[in-house]
Amino acid sequence: MTESKALDTVEKKELKTREELTTPGRYFVPNTDIYETDKALVLTMEMPGVEKDDLDIKLDRNVLTLEGHINFSKYENMKPLYTEYNVGHYRRSFTLSNDIDQDGISARMVDGVLTLTLPKAEEAQPRRIEVAS
Amino acid sequence: MATRFTNPFDALLELQNALEQSRFSDWLGLSTTAYGAFPPVNIFQQGDDLVLIAELPGIKKEDMQITVKGDQVRIAGSKKVEYDEKASLHRRERVEGDFDRTFTLPVQINADEVKAEYRDGLLALHLPRAEQDKPRAIEIG
Repeated sequence: MTESKALDTVEKKELKTREELTTPGRYFVPNTDIYETDKALVLTMEMPGVEKDDLDIKLDRNVLTLEGHINFSKYENMKPLYTEYNVGHYRRSFTLSNDIDQDGISARMVDGVLTLTLPKAEEAQPRRIEVAS
Repeated sequence: MATRFTNPFDALLELQNALEQSRFSDWLGLSTTAYGAFPPVNIFQQGDDLVLIAELPGIKKEDMQITVKGDQVRIAGSKKVEYDEKASLHRRERVEGDFDRTFTLPVQINADEVKAEYRDGLLALHLPRAEQDKPRAIEIG
């Protein structure tokens, strides 16, 4: 018996959008960490079950939309017996500020974790101000 | 899920609804860990065998230990989420930590034939049922 407290799972948040979807299937909000370095803003999103090719990243007028689709064909002849989580597509949108250099956005997907690097525009990077004597 | 799906989109929705409906099943009432622990696990039946799928994105294979004995499966390990020290964190939703879960299944598993696969953040364990556990037809002499 370990001393550390057991981790609790948080249920997946279902996506609530203003627009309705024309195709059936539920969308969930992927867990995201956002952190900032001197040069860029980095997002890491967890989308287990999504392959690199099923990832769709769109940028439209300062709105960044990330969508990951699940390929459910492997579940075809499987009957659920005990379930703790639901399986569905992932989608999340962010509004980017003008500080981001939109042409330099890069993405990497490893083991179900998407790392999105949003480089800061030149003007937004921290600058040292020299003091004149 | 005995019906055959003709529309591929319906199939996904049927699966999602079936997962939600069997949420509160008492099937693993004898399991040694409480419901709602980490990582979330779904157990499916595929023919005679069981398939266990756990969501563990961003974990290294060396950080996971899987053991199978008799009718029990144990998944232990630790999930780490690390960032550069100089980074300034704006939002934190990802979960990290140690986990250790044991499942007691209703059938005996053939431990030699268990296959584990970790791909795209999903750990899938293919658990074939032990030969001696399968029901045998009896001939009437």
